Amino acid sequence: MSKPKVGFYWCASCGGCEEAIIDLAEDILPVIEAVDIVFWPVALDFKRADVEAMPDGDLAVGFINGAIRTSEQHEMVELLRSKSQLIIAFGSCAHLGGIPGLANMFNRQEMFDEVYIKSPSVNNVEKVLPSEKIDIPEGKLTLPSMWDTVKTLDQVIEVDYYLPGCPPPVNLIKDALKTILSGELPPNGTVLAPDVALCEECSRRDSKPEDLALREFKRPHEIIIDPQQCLLAQGLLCLGPVTRKGCGAACINVNMPCTGCMGPTGRVTDYGAKALSAIASSVDSKDEKEIAEIFNHIVDPVGTFYRYSLPASLLHRHYQQAKSRGK
Amino acid sequence: MSNDEAIKAQFEPKIVAFFCNWCTYTAADLAGTARMVYAPNVRVVRIMCSGRLDPQFVLAALREGADGVLIGGCHPGDCHYQEGNYKALRRFTLLKSLLKSMGIEQERVRLEWIAASEGDKVQRVINEMTETVRQLGPLRLEPTIYNLIEDSLLKIPETATLAKGDEL
Repeated sequence: MSKPKVGFYWCASCGGCEEAIIDLAEDILPVIEAVDIVFWPVALDFKRADVEAMPDGDLAVGFINGAIRTSEQHEMVELLRSKSQLIIAFGSCAHLGGIPGLANMFNRQEMFDEVYIKSPSVNNVEKVLPSEKIDIPEGKLTLPSMWDTVKTLDQVIEVDYYLPGCPPPVNLIKDALKTILSGELPPNGTVLAPDVALCEECSRRDSKPEDLALREFKRPHEIIIDPQQCLLAQGLLCLGPVTRKGCGAACINVNMPCTGCMGPTGRVTDYGAKALSAIASSVDSKDEKEIAEIFNHIVDPVGTFYRYSLPASLLHRHYQQAKSRGK
Repeated sequence: MSNDEAIKAQFEPKIVAFFCNWCTYTAADLAGTARMVYAPNVRVVRIMCSGRLDPQFVLAALREGADGVLIGGCHPGDCHYQEGNYKALRRFTLLKSLLKSMGIEQERVRLEWIAASEGDKVQRVINEMTETVRQLGPLRLEPTIYNLIEDSLLKIPETATLAKGDEL
């Protein structure tokens, strides 16, 4: 019997998810024994034409990481959708939009201006911007178009499962592969990670007070962080209480607060709103002015609460009047 | 008249109000029994306490087509559950700062303390808020029915006249 085929693809991502697969180390050997990797642009020399030549549903699983922000990524994931029996959104960007999703605070025009004209390291006197088409003597050259709005994978194609994390923890990748190869599949739409908040597996859990009674918020560089005590109790904005566990509290173990890459637990729709709610309710003040003063220390609420999930949020993106919206 | 102007001229704000069971909802009830007239733009949702208001409710209302959200709770010190309205105040303060960063006008979301006897305050706040949101115009989160109108999938004929209060 021939082995099931799998493919990997990356969209708007940093390459960290590809690293996570390499981090399987020698555990990748049984994987290769069990499956054939027939498409993996970052590591193996297969082309789009090879995928196009496959019959529909030929791939058992397509792993796609990265958010979707260009017409090319859109075409590729639609192609992979038709060739794959299962599509797994791999990592925070495909799952919730991830760091590239923070670009939804701007539109395409603003980003092009910043990157190609205003940035101090750029010397672009003629103000040349990338264009989608150019005519040269040899013919017409084209580039994919970039969207105004970054999207999550499931806003573009149907997704069967999600592997959360930035990047997904190795043990979750292993468990996911085992589950898929076993053929005993969980219900569609399942996030392949435990459905409990991070505090549950945090080594500092016992030092978390019943009532946090937060009076001020500090940033990690402003204090000497106690390596034993609950980070929230030290005034650091740790999002463990609203974030899905499964990472083994990796950041907290190296004395940094959780920033929420694993996304929300199953009963939450909008991660940022829920995180905001949890943090705000733990503040110890009843005075309107004092409360506003305490929250002034949260200088970037969107970047803090939606760091990995802006495109998946209820608002999706920065709100602009229809007239100022680019196309 | 362009489509944009047509929409604006016929615009009736949709406001979702979350009123706490013990004070503000009772006040709205009082306004009703006292036959006080106020703008019909508010859709009231009764919650047990303003402290029950998950910020997700506000965002979901805006996402689903509300142009504004009004939250009503008991006056400080009067909460039926002791502390619920303070929690609402803290969440609301941080939510407003988030909405500001997201480019949504601050006036679209409002928190008011309205006691059970203050039927007249319900009337005043609803009227004020309706006018404020009317001035701001429709909230057009993408994709909404308004995008479809713009993309001419649902073009309003230039001559069409909607009766005031008709839904687009």
